[in-house]
Amino acid sequence: MSTAIGMASRRVQARTRGGSLGLLRSTGIAGLVSAAVIAVATVLAVFGPLVAPYNPDLPSLGQAFIGPTGAHILGFDFEGRDVLSRLLAGAQSSMIGPLAVVAGAMALGTLIAVVTAWRQGPVDTVVSSGLDILFAFPGILLAVLAAAIFGAGLTAASVALAIAYMPYVARVLRGAALRERGQPYVAALEVQGASGTSICLRHIIPNMLPLIVAQATIMFGWAMVDLAAISFLGLGVQPPTPNWGVMISENEPGILQGYPLPALAAGLCIVGVVIAFNVLGERLFEQAQAASR
Amino acid sequence: MSGGSRLNSLPDRGAPSEGQAVTVPAGGEPLLSVKNLTVLLPVETRERAVLRDVCLDISAGEAVGLVGESGSGKSMTARAIDRLLPKGAQVQGQIRFAGSDVTGLAGSQLRAYRNRVAMIFQDPRAHVNPVRRIGDFMTEALRTNLGVSGTDASRQAADMLSQVGIEDAQRRLHQYPHELSGGMLQRVMIAAALLTEPALLLADEPTTALDVTTQAEVMAILDELRGRYGLAMLFITHDLELAAAICDRTIVMYAGQVVEVRRSELLHSDPLHPYTAALAAARPDIGQKAARLRAIPGRPLSAFEAPATECAFAPRCRFAEDACHEAVPPLTELDGGLSRCVRVTELRGQLEAAHA
Amino acid sequence: MPSDNIVLEVSGLRKEFGSLVAVDDVTFAIPSGGSLAIVGESGSGKTTIARMIVGLERATRGTITACGRDRSRPARSARDRRHRGREVQIVFQDPYTSLDPRQTAERAIDEILRLHHGFDADRRQARIEQLTDLVGLDSRQARALPRALSGGQRQRVAIARALAAEPQILILDESVAALDVSIQAQVLNLLADIRDETSVSYILISHDLAVVRQLTDEAIVMYRGQLVEQGPTAQVLDDPQHPYTQRLRASVPRPGWKPTRRPQESPRAEQKGGPHG
Repeated sequence: MSTAIGMASRRVQARTRGGSLGLLRSTGIAGLVSAAVIAVATVLAVFGPLVAPYNPDLPSLGQAFIGPTGAHILGFDFEGRDVLSRLLAGAQSSMIGPLAVVAGAMALGTLIAVVTAWRQGPVDTVVSSGLDILFAFPGILLAVLAAAIFGAGLTAASVALAIAYMPYVARVLRGAALRERGQPYVAALEVQGASGTSICLRHIIPNMLPLIVAQATIMFGWAMVDLAAISFLGLGVQPPTPNWGVMISENEPGILQGYPLPALAAGLCIVGVVIAFNVLGERLFEQAQAASR
Repeated sequence: MSGGSRLNSLPDRGAPSEGQAVTVPAGGEPLLSVKNLTVLLPVETRERAVLRDVCLDISAGEAVGLVGESGSGKSMTARAIDRLLPKGAQVQGQIRFAGSDVTGLAGSQLRAYRNRVAMIFQDPRAHVNPVRRIGDFMTEALRTNLGVSGTDASRQAADMLSQVGIEDAQRRLHQYPHELSGGMLQRVMIAAALLTEPALLLADEPTTALDVTTQAEVMAILDELRGRYGLAMLFITHDLELAAAICDRTIVMYAGQVVEVRRSELLHSDPLHPYTAALAAARPDIGQKAARLRAIPGRPLSAFEAPATECAFAPRCRFAEDACHEAVPPLTELDGGLSRCVRVTELRGQLEAAHA
Repeated sequence: MPSDNIVLEVSGLRKEFGSLVAVDDVTFAIPSGGSLAIVGESGSGKTTIARMIVGLERATRGTITACGRDRSRPARSARDRRHRGREVQIVFQDPYTSLDPRQTAERAIDEILRLHHGFDADRRQARIEQLTDLVGLDSRQARALPRALSGGQRQRVAIARALAAEPQILILDESVAALDVSIQAQVLNLLADIRDETSVSYILISHDLAVVRQLTDEAIVMYRGQLVEQGPTAQVLDDPQHPYTQRLRASVPRPGWKPTRRPQESPRAEQKGGPHG
């Protein structure tokens, strides 16, 4: 392939030059905007309760469903609490759950992917079949089951989702792991006598990082939607803890009564953050594909 | 197009005879004429020249070799001729085929041009659709561009397959690319390229990925078919010995420029550029082991790294003098060939011996 | 100079992949400091032999003895694997995939040094400098990532990494085939220098007869898994006895060469080779 044509790709150029900043830059405007949205949500997840202008937990039923006023730009929710404050405080539980799901699914999935790719043979076949079985269970179903067994709450729901997502991660990463496994530099290390474990940890996984990061980012969005749905159903985060998914369900009566704003605002927060994760994740995925060629 | 173009009539394609030779443009002009070809590509947000001032001629029926290392621009030259440059490429200079300029062609005219100038590549698998059968792939140009019927096209394809030495051609037409070895697939590509009866074949390192015995076989087939169809050929390779052995003339490129054009039989004994001599000397000799090879210091320069103010090879050349660093040497005629060395007249005769 | 000490011995080596016999009854020996070429084309089994010697493939039958120790069966412990790594090393063909793209040359060599020797940091650094010096890399190149290096430079890194284990035998699996002619000459000279300085023995896997002539003393010729010819390199190339060797020799382009077509062979003759060359 002609040397010059290979060098003419701008995006790949930006990536190889700038490290993490270069990576962000190479995702384009959409990627940058998404990253900004995610950054804001993350900051709120940490500092939300502190920056909320009013107490997000104190009910004041006399003010229920009053529309936006000068001091309360988003109005009041069904229990008379300031909606904006509820949203800001709700970021925490809305973001932590998906984080736990992603951390769990990625850790387990990566481990399984790398081990099966390294050993191949019967181990690979047996584990793949096991994963196929797990695939049959949709995340929400497992979460409902977990709630029935262990009681409702964020922990049970998050664990159930992590288990449900893990086979998908393992599938996607197994392909990449197999590709790395087949590379001559891995063979060179084997000939040197390096152990499988050290090759996997020091070489194979680091070379899969772009894909892992991309996958984790996209997955965060899915986990957020699933957890919001679970919380909406009452099986996840329990009121009165502020949470965007719970806010949709508890303010739902307001929609029919002509006060849609609290539920809508919470819904928009979810949608906005999920889209941001999806967009950024897909851009990162593109970069990972381009880099691996 | 010049007179006698076969594209205007629905061809009755029986076995080709000597009489159906290539149409030669009037006036003794060469079949392909490239003058002062400069190509700029956007590289790292800047415009860089990947070909500089390339000049070459190919006459009807002639085999010309194009030799160079990485970054020399040899592949890019072929792509420029076949109008296969990447988007954003700027082309300056002339490319004339059969008397007319081809740099501005588009649409059906471009397709017609590509029927007359065929190209084959180093890795056939990368240039063929793996989910289509060989027969479909081979007959596509005939059926869509030339309006040949399906059965006629298949018949011609099968005939061409046996000419390239593939037995059981009818069965092969129904096979998929992955069922053929690299050598066989390359033969299929050659056959496919020749179906539209081109006047010029651009071969971009067609045998580099093949075993040496398969390469010999493929070269023999190319040689035979060239003779039979009066085909001209531009044969691109990094292998100086291969080019010199099978081509009438050889062009040597370095850093996006033509540095020498020479009759092949004189290329080793009387080269016209220090780079050619150094390249030949750097190669190990199959007949004799040397204590150490005469390696060229440094590494081959890519076209876009080449300076615009001096001879691109000067930093690595053992004959470089002040004059070589003052300006880019022009391409000058000498003894029926071309040379881009300012010192060639005084160095001639020393080049081969100095590197022996 | 090659001594009488045999550093590698292969006897009755055979490899089957299902019903395909990739290597059939191959026997040869290499003296310490010697150099052997395994010549062949795709499907000949030459790469499979190399992979069996370094342990990436397990022989179906036959024995491999290196530095006096048997390695016909896979290593049983990590210690055993490392020990074997200090006996035989390999440099692969493709410079673009034989290095971890995330490691600089220094780190790659350092990793090998830590694996095999108990050197402290200072001694390792000194050894790294020695090795990069030996293969002709300057300090900027040694600290660069592979993507900033050319093909020839990457091969130098691969050679340095292989030598870091201080092997007695270095297998070069088409290690110069992907390099430009002018760079190939540099690396061939480098390999000759290394052999003079370290008395390592070479096994060169190659289809390029001129390179074989330049770098090796002895040669064996492989065709479809069979060892068809064997002898001093000069003799095998100048006076080939087996028809395949003769054909191979005749296929090399040279001035006045006129390639001829062979009489039509059956399609079986052009089948793809085994999983490895």
